[in-house]
Amino acid sequence: MNWTVVQRILGLLLMMFSLTMLPPVAFSIYYEDHSWLPFVQAFGLTLASGLLIWLPVHRSKKDLRLRDGFLVVAAFWSVLGTFGAAPLYLAPDLSLSFTDAVFESMSGLTTTGATILTGLDELPVSILYYRQQLQWLGGMGIIVLAVAVLPMLGVGGMQLYRAETPGPVKDTKLTPRITETAKALWYVYLGFTIACMIAYRLAGMPLFDALCHAFSTVAIGGFSTHDASIGYFDSGLIDGVSIVFLFVAGINFSLHFFAWRYVSVKHYVQDPEFRAYTAYLFALSAVVVIALYYYRGFDNAGETFLGGVFQAVSIATTTGFTTENFTVWPAALPVMLIFASFIGGSAGSTAGGIKVVRWLLVYKQGAREVARLVHPSAEIPVKLGSKAVQPRVIDAVWGFFAVYIIVFGGMLLAMMATGLDQVTAFSAVAATLNNLGPGLGDVSRGFMTLSDPAKWIAVVGMLLGRLEIFTLLVLITPTFWRH
Amino acid sequence: MKILILGAGQVGSSAAYHLSREEANEVTVVDMRPDVLRELQDRLDIRTVVGHAAYPDVLERAGANDADIVVALTDTDETNMVACQVAYTAFRTPTKIARIRSAEYMNATKLFTQDAIPIDVRISPEQLVCTYIEQLILYPGSSQVLDFADGRVRLVGAKADREGLLVGQRIATLKDHITNTEARIAAIYRQGKAMLPDGDTVIQEGDEVFFIADRKDIRVFMSEMRRLEDPVRRVVIAGGGNIGVRLALALEQTNQVKIIERDPTRARQISEQLNRAIVLVGDAADEELLLEENIDNVDVFCALTNSEEANILSSMLAKRLGAHKVMALINRASYVDLVEAGSIDIAISPQQVTIGSLLAHVRRGDVVKVHSLRRGAAEAMEAIAHGDKDSSKVVGRKIEDIELPKGTAIVAIVRNDQVIIAHHDTEIESDDHVILFMTDRRKIESLESLFQVGVSFV
Repeated sequence: MNWTVVQRILGLLLMMFSLTMLPPVAFSIYYEDHSWLPFVQAFGLTLASGLLIWLPVHRSKKDLRLRDGFLVVAAFWSVLGTFGAAPLYLAPDLSLSFTDAVFESMSGLTTTGATILTGLDELPVSILYYRQQLQWLGGMGIIVLAVAVLPMLGVGGMQLYRAETPGPVKDTKLTPRITETAKALWYVYLGFTIACMIAYRLAGMPLFDALCHAFSTVAIGGFSTHDASIGYFDSGLIDGVSIVFLFVAGINFSLHFFAWRYVSVKHYVQDPEFRAYTAYLFALSAVVVIALYYYRGFDNAGETFLGGVFQAVSIATTTGFTTENFTVWPAALPVMLIFASFIGGSAGSTAGGIKVVRWLLVYKQGAREVARLVHPSAEIPVKLGSKAVQPRVIDAVWGFFAVYIIVFGGMLLAMMATGLDQVTAFSAVAATLNNLGPGLGDVSRGFMTLSDPAKWIAVVGMLLGRLEIFTLLVLITPTFWRH
Repeated sequence: MKILILGAGQVGSSAAYHLSREEANEVTVVDMRPDVLRELQDRLDIRTVVGHAAYPDVLERAGANDADIVVALTDTDETNMVACQVAYTAFRTPTKIARIRSAEYMNATKLFTQDAIPIDVRISPEQLVCTYIEQLILYPGSSQVLDFADGRVRLVGAKADREGLLVGQRIATLKDHITNTEARIAAIYRQGKAMLPDGDTVIQEGDEVFFIADRKDIRVFMSEMRRLEDPVRRVVIAGGGNIGVRLALALEQTNQVKIIERDPTRARQISEQLNRAIVLVGDAADEELLLEENIDNVDVFCALTNSEEANILSSMLAKRLGAHKVMALINRASYVDLVEAGSIDIAISPQQVTIGSLLAHVRRGDVVKVHSLRRGAAEAMEAIAHGDKDSSKVVGRKIEDIELPKGTAIVAIVRNDQVIIAHHDTEIESDDHVILFMTDRRKIESLESLFQVGVSFV
């Protein structure tokens, strides 16, 4: 282990992160909500901590190794959850406990969108803005951002990038230089955010809300500036804008990059994951809408249609925006939607869940077994598109599945041990591990009713989900620490 | 600069390493072996593409459309040639460099025109390594001999010993020792650390001194650094591969050459190619054979087989049996460090010899020649100054007025075939070949910009 390098980069990242506390100060001053002080305090605290960590080792010139990358990413996300909580903890308007503040900040950064706050509509503007900004930073990944703006990371940048970006295959670079790749991803991300903001504004949202919701939409986060979420606006047009941008943000961002670079949609159409993702969202929406018509009739045909599609897309991409209370929908619909969040969005997107491409590979693997029963001596590779998938990747996908289920089971038991009923515990684990947000039962409106231990379990779940388990899990294995 | 490297072999990997270290380059490596590429991508900040290096669609995926340079370094000459052809025809790549191994292609210069096989630069590592060793043998006592301006000036590295005339004295006294001609000490490495000397610097025993001088003066200046060794007479070459045979051919007229080859058929073949050299069949690490061939009288023993481990062991053995000087061909950089401290006099690294000729084409500005030194930490470079006093940052200025980056020195100038050793008041003219020495290669970018003719000035 290369402690000095890990420490140096950690300090640098923390100092960089401290800068993100400044925009809320500007908002506070502009809207005169008189709550800029906690942000300034948190800024000073974070900057000073970063400086203290960085200063003793700032001369260290060693390169980051593969192992150090895991440690930096895991440590940074954990530390970030804590420092990100500082302004919330310090804000007198909120008077949150430490647990609640960390929960809220982690839920923001991991783009989960579960909240312990009520009465959002009355909160100071700067705090509302800060929560949305946390989601936006966590969406594309704050470490990817660091790789883009801190050129001195060099080769180490690749290790960090790999430990943070989701998906089974992480070796493909968009450009030869990792810094350029990270920049390209952030440009695309920024572009969509601006486009989304303009679209929301044109659809009738006030400018501040448009900015805040653009942040949490493109990041597939789910935080809102209103208790009633997107439902607050009660506008079909806004729902439509939201559906479109959630769909776009759930696509692999490298595809967006290629589309932009070569000005063609060829890459989307040819990508097997994109096609599976689109088909799956269509099918899910259709099932939800048909079921709603079946149970509710056609009284409000248009509204039911839009509500069904919105909820299907919002939950399946692991966003967690709501326009109506889907947890009281009839029959199997609520549980089916929670299940859909296990699939999630595409690899390399801002969505959570297990990711479409992994399910696709598992499905193809199953199909192969069937084919093998029929043709015992056939050589059948698993293919994505026209390319055979390396056995190594398939092994990794299986390993990921197994660990996901084990972690899920363990967390479910732990949640129930804190005294929750089974439906609440099940949906709370699904909502956090898949970075979804809302659950069923007691957590359908937020996590404020949970006990402190349950909240900490949820915090771990969110982090595991965002870093796709292995990055965190590798740290608790003895092999990692053995010299 | 966008660079496409085809082939991730030893030279390909080390080229990728050297080129990707420079901030301005974007490197993509193509190879057929995914595992090699994965390992390479873990170490370096590059992009990799799996596929056959000459196929148009593979090149397109690797970004040939906007590549500035294609460097074809695969194992087969034919693949390299076709890859350059494809890059030229399908993608209009401006600069195409290829490794051509076989002398048969290399000598057929008519082939390499734009309408036949459009390769701008042909590199033959065997040829380069062979020339490199030849020069080391020509100047006994030197650890490195580098040509500039078509060999008119040479930069020579030598380890100072007690019997050198200048050792223990100030450099300024050099002109009292030798009055009729000049040389300049470009850099001194003392215990691995670089220093740019001035007149008051005192050379100590054990320093590695790099000096530049006109070709005809090198022997005289060498005697200032160390006891002048007798010219090499007897050479034993271990390994009858491409490099071994080339070297034997080059040396056999002037020296007594023996070449040891293990494979009898191959030995037979090369004995037919060679005229005066003696071909011995046997193992280069066979003590009996070496003793029988009077190894204790041999001036230089060169181990040039394909196996670097065998090269190290056989040259260590030869040294112990009394060979005056031993050299070994070693690819792995970590081995080079291991053995140079010990009993092997000179470790020759083919990649390092080859990489310089690649680097010359990647540099911006009109750079003729680049030599990579000390495992790539330092660099010696020959650049042509263009423009006039207004458009160039060097032309029309005295050397002391040029803003050189730290750790860099202008050591000599070649003006119309005439070698001028640089002084602080030497003025640089347009079309001068300026020879620079850099102890810190990270300063290259600022150096490159010095030699670019500024658009804003025109």
